[in-house]
Amino acid sequence: MKKSRNRSPWIFAISGAILSMAVSFSSTGQMVDSIHFLIPGGAGGGWDGTARGTGEALTKSGLVGKSSYENMSGGGGGKAIGFLIENADSNHGTMMVNSTPIVIRSLTGVFPHNFRDLALIAGTIGDYAAIVVAKDSPLNSMDDLISAYNSDPRGTAIGGGSVQGGMDHLVAAMVFEAAGVDSINVKYVAYDAGGKAMAALLSGEIAALSTGFSEAVALANAGEVKILGVTSDARVAAFEDAPTMKEQGIDTMFVNWRGFFGAPGLPEETTAMYQEVLAKMYETQEWEEVRARNGWVNVHNSGDDFRMFLENQERVIGDLMRKLGFL
Amino acid sequence: MIEGILLGLSAAFSPINILMVIGGCLIGTFIGMLPGLGPMSIIAIMIPIAITIGDPSAALILLAGVYYGAIFGGSTSSILINAPGVSATVATSFDGFPLASQGKAGKALTVAAIASFAGGTFGAILLMIFAPALVTVALLFHSAEYFALMVVGLSAIAAFAGSGQIAKALMMTLLGLIMATVGEGVLFNLPRFTMGIQDFQTGFGFITLAMAMFALPEAIFLVLDPKRSQKKGDSSGEIKGLRLTKREARLIAPVIGRQSIQGFLIGVLPGAGATISSFLGYAVERNIASKEEQKEFGKGSLKGLAAPECANNAAVTGSFVPLLTLGIPGSGTTAILLGALIALNVAPGPRLMIDNPSIFWAVIISMYLGNVVLLILNLPLIPYIAKVLSVPRNYLIPFILFFTLMGAYIGQNNATELIILTGMGVIATALRMAGYPLAPVLIGFILGSMLEDNFARSMQLYDGPAFIIERPMTLALLAIAVILIVLPSLRARRAEKASKDSSVD
Repeated sequence: MKKSRNRSPWIFAISGAILSMAVSFSSTGQMVDSIHFLIPGGAGGGWDGTARGTGEALTKSGLVGKSSYENMSGGGGGKAIGFLIENADSNHGTMMVNSTPIVIRSLTGVFPHNFRDLALIAGTIGDYAAIVVAKDSPLNSMDDLISAYNSDPRGTAIGGGSVQGGMDHLVAAMVFEAAGVDSINVKYVAYDAGGKAMAALLSGEIAALSTGFSEAVALANAGEVKILGVTSDARVAAFEDAPTMKEQGIDTMFVNWRGFFGAPGLPEETTAMYQEVLAKMYETQEWEEVRARNGWVNVHNSGDDFRMFLENQERVIGDLMRKLGFL
Repeated sequence: MIEGILLGLSAAFSPINILMVIGGCLIGTFIGMLPGLGPMSIIAIMIPIAITIGDPSAALILLAGVYYGAIFGGSTSSILINAPGVSATVATSFDGFPLASQGKAGKALTVAAIASFAGGTFGAILLMIFAPALVTVALLFHSAEYFALMVVGLSAIAAFAGSGQIAKALMMTLLGLIMATVGEGVLFNLPRFTMGIQDFQTGFGFITLAMAMFALPEAIFLVLDPKRSQKKGDSSGEIKGLRLTKREARLIAPVIGRQSIQGFLIGVLPGAGATISSFLGYAVERNIASKEEQKEFGKGSLKGLAAPECANNAAVTGSFVPLLTLGIPGSGTTAILLGALIALNVAPGPRLMIDNPSIFWAVIISMYLGNVVLLILNLPLIPYIAKVLSVPRNYLIPFILFFTLMGAYIGQNNATELIILTGMGVIATALRMAGYPLAPVLIGFILGSMLEDNFARSMQLYDGPAFIIERPMTLALLAIAVILIVLPSLRARRAEKASKDSSVD
């Protein structure tokens, strides 16, 4: 099936019209006339929230005149990447949102492309990962969890809201690996959503849960879980009580980033303009509102920093996946 | 608890909250009527509005109203044009659409409205009394029990296996189960059976499949059968037939009673929800009905319509138990609700009732109010909505086609869905001509992935199939499934034998 057949001609017409408006400056603090956000998933997901939240902050603060959104599901995000590459010339006014899975899924070959095939604009937000246990669990630290695992490897299952070889699994493997455990033996149980994995933790089906830090904080604030460790370099201000992995002697760091990409061959000045407008966004009150509402952490990597960050993440994840037998 | 109720009453009856209930229900029902827009996407769109309101109880009341309003309204398209827009209302179309085809659309909509109202209201009562206690019940369910529950749900196909169609129904169920394996499974990160086509990587879309199995063949049949297309629906009869007779009311009352409780309990389970509860409701009611009544299931049984409609609304209410008391979302929709709550600085969980009792109780009280609003809103509209069917069929067909195509496209914005829809629709039409029941395909498809995931998880956790014996509740649920499947077919065989014997004599 040819991919180009999937898009009706009028979409190209619209993208073209948006493009012609996009690349021009105006005088009133507005840096870009309009940005078209391409969202590789359906309405209501994480990518959708990131794109719409960013667009809201950019337009409300007046940095960008208008924003438009297009949800293009398919292939778990691969379709939108393919679309952006195939129709690069008519999409100079488009920013596509993406996140850590673009690295993971390119490695497994699920996506025929990878981040190098796109123009790198910037990573904007991130979320650390955390290992949590139920509040009445006898485990109180990563040491406890590791020794519980060592005494009963088959009975100490770690759950998560992603597939085998997906992000939550890789984080758990990374942590166990850094703690000196052969991660290939760790029993990782996959659930199709974070909520269901959480229910499994509370029901005692799994011993610990690998999850996003913001989700963990919400549950810890509700008094339901204990955060055994967070994968940040230093304790996070949003929840100072959570110890880092590093301070418990587990030398690992992970951040699930979300950021924006442009079409390949995006002119340098346009890329720079998008990077600048995103950098300016952090200073606005409107962004602070959106960020706080969603519990996001600012993790800003622009241009070359973004490339280095992605290359590093690709190397770390690639090594781990090869070890676990996913590659 | 009494002070809680009083607190909730005073909060829920504030002008702004009453406005929120009415607004939420209105938006929910009308958008829910459109196939393709489920509660999840509506709530996602409504969240920025809810957050601007600022007051957490008002925001949650609004969003909850949208949620059960959408499930309420979702039954309309199932009944009228056989196009279930929400997976929770698939079972509604099994008997709702046959009723509408028999010119009883008004009655079908009335039964759906009353059953939904009763399910929602009973659900709210149960939520109020048992919410804290039910949490422990919900947590008794492990993957093994969910697996067994899905097996029980599959027994709903028995309703389509009547009169020598057992083999056909089983084949169609298998087809649905096979289709559920397409794409990347939850447990393994590699695409299966995608034939290298990128659009299959996430599997078949539920709505696309529902439209292809039900609505599209319906439209094609109307075209192929001009005699039926020219026949006008009898509009006057539809309006007159709106009221239920005493006999009919007595018929559905016990169904509503049972399904409010069963639906609610299944809704409480974080891994089940409204869709499963509607199938289970349908399966249980069909299999415990008397033999004559069983024959009507799938052909326009009022019981078969009331059961899933009551169960799915009770389940929506039930799903607020894990959400509010544990902070655990059981479905995509409640996950979005949870996100909204956190954004409003409310941490759902055991402390919600202690820290923010007014929110907890206001939401529960608003649910009673919401269900009354929905009933008042819907009942007078039924004659007008039912009139849709009195439109001459050759004008109706383009509308069905339009809503079918729109429904498949709108959720994902993916034009390939339209190609899949058309292809599947043609296959479904051929199957229907050959007398294969199509509902089992959808039942198999919806339950299939959950069946597989929970089975594989249990196998992994217990290092083998030992969970079936080691967990008594799993064993009990599987036993129930066997009884539900075997009993009716045994009964049917005995009846067949009896009739054969008598004819020989």
